[in-house]
Parts: sequence; structure tokens; C-alpha cells
Amino acid sequence: MEPSTGAKAFDVEAIRKHFPILKERVYGKPLTYLDNAATTQKPQIVIDTLSQFYSRENANIHRGIFCLSEQATKRYKSSRHRVQEFLNAGSDKEIIFVRGTTEAINLVVHCYGRAFLKAGDEVLITGMEHHSNIVPWQMLAEQTGIRLKVAPINDRGELETGEFKKLLTGNVKFVSIVHVSNALGTINPVKELVRLAHEAGAVTLVDGAQAVAHTAVDVRDIGCDFYAFSGHKLLGPTGIGVLYGKKELLEKMPPYQGGGDMIRTVTFEKTTYNDLPYKFEAGTPHIAGVIGLGAAIDYIRSIGLDKVEAYEQELLKYGTEQILQVPGLRLIGTALKKSAILSFVIGEAHAHDIGTILDRQGIAIRAGHHCAMPVMQRFNVPATTRASLAFYNTKEEIDRLVAALHEVTEVFR
Amino acid sequence: MSGDIRELYQQMIMDHNKNPRNFHALKESNRNAEGYNPLCGDHFKVFLQMDGDVIKDIAFEGAGCAISKASASMMTTALKGKTRQEARALFEEVHKMLSRRIGEVFDASKVGKLATLAGVCEFPARVKCASLAWHTMCEALEPTGKQVTTE
Repeated sequence: MEPSTGAKAFDVEAIRKHFPILKERVYGKPLTYLDNAATTQKPQIVIDTLSQFYSRENANIHRGIFCLSEQATKRYKSSRHRVQEFLNAGSDKEIIFVRGTTEAINLVVHCYGRAFLKAGDEVLITGMEHHSNIVPWQMLAEQTGIRLKVAPINDRGELETGEFKKLLTGNVKFVSIVHVSNALGTINPVKELVRLAHEAGAVTLVDGAQAVAHTAVDVRDIGCDFYAFSGHKLLGPTGIGVLYGKKELLEKMPPYQGGGDMIRTVTFEKTTYNDLPYKFEAGTPHIAGVIGLGAAIDYIRSIGLDKVEAYEQELLKYGTEQILQVPGLRLIGTALKKSAILSFVIGEAHAHDIGTILDRQGIAIRAGHHCAMPVMQRFNVPATTRASLAFYNTKEEIDRLVAALHEVTEVFR
Repeated sequence: MSGDIRELYQQMIMDHNKNPRNFHALKESNRNAEGYNPLCGDHFKVFLQMDGDVIKDIAFEGAGCAISKASASMMTTALKGKTRQEARALFEEVHKMLSRRIGEVFDASKVGKLATLAGVCEFPARVKCASLAWHTMCEALEPTGKQVTTE
């Protein structure tokens, strides 16, 4: 018997059977889904969990004294506990449910930024941030007079850590950085960057949207003060996401929105707020989404993120070698430490024309600026085509992508 | 390669994409407008030199996909020398051609060479690309002050 490596032991065909959509055909061709950085597909267990909840278990939480409500409350709480374990957070009070990464960052900007940052304070981000980690800070700058600073990236799409250090001066009170770049695939050394930020006295947020489904995340090991991710990029439903925050920070922050669930007592004269995590979860939450996210986390943990990562790295290596055979293709984002994202341009062919040609072959990719226009400006391209892989993708699918890209070069000869 | 892809990216379109006609700023222009589709990034400026009611000269500059660029280029060749009313009428015909239901016939004689763009309607996501320059031209011709976009 051949010695089995982690990647070889990975039975991708068995895994694909867990994802019903992967059997679909598009324009008569098998669906080749390579847009996982936009959203991942959902395993049957997540779909069934949602369906089961709405068919048999639906009730509001924290309210009813009847059986269904109690059960829904219990499952909701149990999902929070699973997220805590998944991130290795110290307490489930540190897990706040939000709509997604974007809302998580906005919550921190709104509740921490407005309360604790003042005119003249600086916020440091990197040159590879998604718009969701740029625009909320710019809005805060307009409101409060804080200043936004950007640490540059090099030609491979890696953060220039020397420059990052230089920019970390005494006025930097907050550092907000992406864990894995959605446009380039770059994996940032977040543990090291958080350490440097803390040494400079800054509070830290890590945007983990592109990380959690591809590598094991341990927020206590990273040491960050806040960590944000979206459920739908982690095999879960859309409309649900997580903000992890250190208890001592969350406790001193004012609430996010006012309403039910986030209060202890209300009179017309004065309201007292509920404890963590409820202080930040006003109104009926996305109960089904939270329970579905719990199922998604159980599922990916049953596969094992170490195996997922090893397999995806093998796919990335293969994909990089194959895609570079396409004449005139240039990869945008060639970091030494990279997640399985292949962002590229081909000669004069515009990303949208490439996208259309690939679509007719059943291949789903993203074409555009990936909500990271400053990254496009850095590389002086209007847009890129991006294939982003997940652990249910195969080498055969990469071959299909490469064959279709050869067609593109024929059209754009 | 599928037939509709061949139809979409036929030779004339690829030629206008590679060698766009009237692709420059127009110093003598007395009307111009900018069109921008922020989601896909297509961005063009259309320049008109009006002599009374006649488009004496027309040019464009900017960047975008093959469909948007070819459509803009073909538009400039079709509109040079036309009156305002003729340009409006041609815009209406092109709009009809691009946004017709798949399989619906149209009168190709009304649009001349622009019929090359007829296949775009098979690609609903790309209609906005082909129509961007046309809407930009309309804004230059009869300004409304609105931001031109087809998204």
C-alpha cells in the first residue's frame, strides 16, 4: 500500500456527496463552483437543520415558557457554545451574533470607535483590506476626526511588515487587519501583527471572513481583541455571522442597538442593559441561522480543519502550476503564505468577458474588484478574475477551468 | 466553444475591442458625459461636437470589457453626421435589440452594422455593458444632470 499523506487520505468524492448542489448542471455542463470566497456551498446537514427547525421546532427564544421555545433557546445557546469552542474563546459571553463580518466590524467601529477613539487618534489598516474594513473607519473619521493610516503591500501582495512597524506610532489606538485577503489570498501573520499592535498600545480587530473555513483559528493564540467572520463563508446560512470580543472590552462598550433582549429593565425614565452577550443582540435574532451555523461548525470540525487546509494547499499548488500554463496569464497575489485563491488577469481580456466565457462552461468564478478597489489600484488593474477553492473542489475541476481559460485566449487572440 | 459565445465574441466585436474607433478625447467637443458602472468598473466618457442639431463629431475614451468597448466604438461610427433625432431613434432601436426577450425577432435593417450586438440579449448580465455608452451619449445629447449608469 502507498504511504498515505494527509491529503491522499482525504476522500473528496465522499465529501462532495454531502453537498447536493455539486450535482447540478449549468448550460448542460457539470457545475464547477470556484467562487467559495464569495460564499461557500451548504452541506445537506445544514440544509436539513434549517428545514427541520422551521418544520418542527420553530419558536422565539428567551420568551416562551412552552416546550418549543425552551428547546429553541437551548439550541441557540448550544450554537453559541460551539462557536466559542470553534474559535477557542474563553467564554461564550464573548461570542456576539451579528449578520456577518461587515456588521461585526461596523459594530466595533460604532460601539468601540465612537466611545473610545477621539480626534487625532489613528487607526491602522493594511493595503489589502476589503471595503468592509475601510469604509466604516472612513465614516468614523468623518464623524470624530480620527485618522486612517494604511500599511502598504509589496508586489507579491504581502504586507510590508517593516512599514507596518514604522506606522505603529503612539497615536495609533486601533489596528484592524484582514487575516486572509479575499482578493489576493495572502495569509497575514496576524499573531505577530497583533503582538506588535499591543506593544504599541493599540486595540486589535482581525477580519477572519476568508480564514475560518480554511484554517483552524484560535483567537486566544492570535491574541486579538476582536475577531469577525460570516456564517455563509463557513458552509452556513447567509445573514448570520460572529463577532468575538474580549469580555473586558465588550463590557465597557455601550450597546449597539436598542430593543428587546438587550435590556434588563425598562421604564420611561431609565433603562438598564442586559449582560453579555445579549447587550449586543437587540431584537429577535436569526435563530435558524444561528442553529444552522452550529450545524456547519459541527460538520467542518468532523472533517477536520487540518485536513481541509492540507488538501486545499495541495489544490492550490496544482492549480497554480496548471493555470500558469495559460498564455499571457498573470497571477495577482503570489504571497509565499497563501490561501487557495487564484486571482489573475489575461492579456487584454477583461475579467467580465472571461467570466462570461467560463460561465457557459458551467464554471462559476468571480470577476471584478472583489470589494477591494485599493488592491486593484495597487496592482494597476481594473479588475481580476478569481477562482477561490474549497475542500470539495477537485483537480479535475481545475483542469476544466484551465481548459476554459485556453478558450478565452483563443477568443482574445 | 459554444455557439452563443462565438456569436457574442464575433470578429467585428473583437476588432472594435482591439482597435476602437474614435477612441480619444475630443478637443472641439461642446457636449460630453461620463458613464460608470461601479459594480463591474466599466467607465467611459463620450464627447460630442454638435453643429446645431447635427453630431459633427463624436469620440469616446475610458475602459471596460470587450462588449462595452466594442459597443461604444460602433456607436461612434454609427452616429457621426446624424441629427439629434436620428441619434435618439437609433438609441431606441439598439435598446430594443439589446433588451428583447431571447428568441424574439427584431428588425435588423433599422440598426445596420450594430446588429452584430444582437447576440448580447442571450447574456442578460451583459446587456448593461453593451448599453452603457449609449446611455452616456444620450446624457451628453440631452443632459438631465443624473449620474449615468446601467447597473
